[in-house]
Amino acid sequence: MDGLTGLSKPVKGAMGKTGTWREMKPVIDYEKCTRCLRCWISCPEGSIIRCEDNRVEIDYEYCKGCGICENECRIKAIKMVREWEHE
Amino acid sequence: MNENVQILDGNTAACEGARLCRPRVIAAYPITPQTVIVEKIAKGIDAGRIKAEFICVESEHSAMAACIAAQATGVRTYTATSSHGLLLMHEMLHWASLARLPVVMANVNRAVGPGWNIWCDYTDSMAQRDTGWIQMYASSCQEILDMHIQAFRLGEDPRVMLPVMVCFDGFTLSHTSMPVNIPDDSLVDNFLPPYRPLWKLDPDNPVTHGNIIPPKNYNQVRYSQHLGMRHVPEVMGEIRRSFSELFGRDHGGMIEETHTDDADTILIGVGALGAGLKVAAEEMRKNGQKVGTVRLRVFRPFPVNDLRRVCHGKKVIIFDRAVSLGLGGVIFSEARYAMPGEDLHGVITGIGGEDVKTKDIVSVVERSAKERLENYWVGVE
Repeated sequence: MDGLTGLSKPVKGAMGKTGTWREMKPVIDYEKCTRCLRCWISCPEGSIIRCEDNRVEIDYEYCKGCGICENECRIKAIKMVREWEHE
Repeated sequence: MNENVQILDGNTAACEGARLCRPRVIAAYPITPQTVIVEKIAKGIDAGRIKAEFICVESEHSAMAACIAAQATGVRTYTATSSHGLLLMHEMLHWASLARLPVVMANVNRAVGPGWNIWCDYTDSMAQRDTGWIQMYASSCQEILDMHIQAFRLGEDPRVMLPVMVCFDGFTLSHTSMPVNIPDDSLVDNFLPPYRPLWKLDPDNPVTHGNIIPPKNYNQVRYSQHLGMRHVPEVMGEIRRSFSELFGRDHGGMIEETHTDDADTILIGVGALGAGLKVAAEEMRKNGQKVGTVRLRVFRPFPVNDLRRVCHGKKVIIFDRAVSLGLGGVIFSEARYAMPGEDLHGVITGIGGEDVKTKDIVSVVERSAKERLENYWVGVE
């Protein structure tokens, strides 16, 4: 047990499926989205996935529903909705 | 070997000791009686004698935070403080130790206010006892310089990996000039290998440090820190041998002993007070009294085994210059743990810079022949 300290290496979902914490979920309107990537760069949890051609997708397994992406989106292409109101 | 002996005060000796160990980052905030260290380091960096980045900080808490952050990138760091400055660092002291970052810091011992007091006692550092820092106490300007070199090697040893505080008496050492032999840079380079961190922040190998960890893991981290402390006596023994071979000087290991073989009474102390005990013991020996001394060079980890070995069957008088209020002298309480069966006496002396003269030490020894001294507070009782 020599030389132990509180060191962690990046892995996906170290704290479990944090998506279950969510009450509101962000939904992207792809008709409006300009692929500016502002939401991708602002997401504190890395739960917005940058796909080919800069299309963005939300990883609902881990998105905690903080709403920062909705707030950051300049063209209102992301909307927070009640978890049960959208499938 | 070229001898380079200069007349230095303790603060300058600390600065020279730090310079020889080549820290890459130094962050410090000035406070009496440590101020000269910060000034000399700043001048040294300006003149190109010290090749380090100096970070001007707004407080001691920030100084330690800056050292922790810099050390976490994998480089050696250094700082210096005293008294209230050290107390302000308290939170960050725990952080450095739990992160296993072997920062080295000089603490120039000074009493704590109010009643504003700039003179020496050991309350400031001894109040940091449980922060996981190794604590060493020097007793001369030469030892201050040498102890810096030993401190970096001790803290950075892979078995230890803990920060080290090099403590010395405010004014009594910090502002007193003595001849100091300044070793060649190359000699220090031979003694002190390059710093090899346990972990570091590196964009090519990303890690997070200080994240939340569950109780089971935290418990292991704490135990690991304790193990690091427990390796210190062994590593200190190696350091003592290797240092005296290379530098031709020996200040002792965990402890420094004088006349302990034939002594029936042993006086124990740290720092310049420990050196004062040696002077008093020599005086008493002129009158045929079999007095020896033990000066604790390392106070944390507490040198339990050395004390048990040296003091067995002898009368022991502990001179404390710091009090755990509501219990008694700090070293006395710990010595009671280390040596429950021995004939222990303890006095509290030199608080707030009260001078402890040879005659005061002799009178304590005389008094201890008549009564058991259990936290007898010299000068007030």
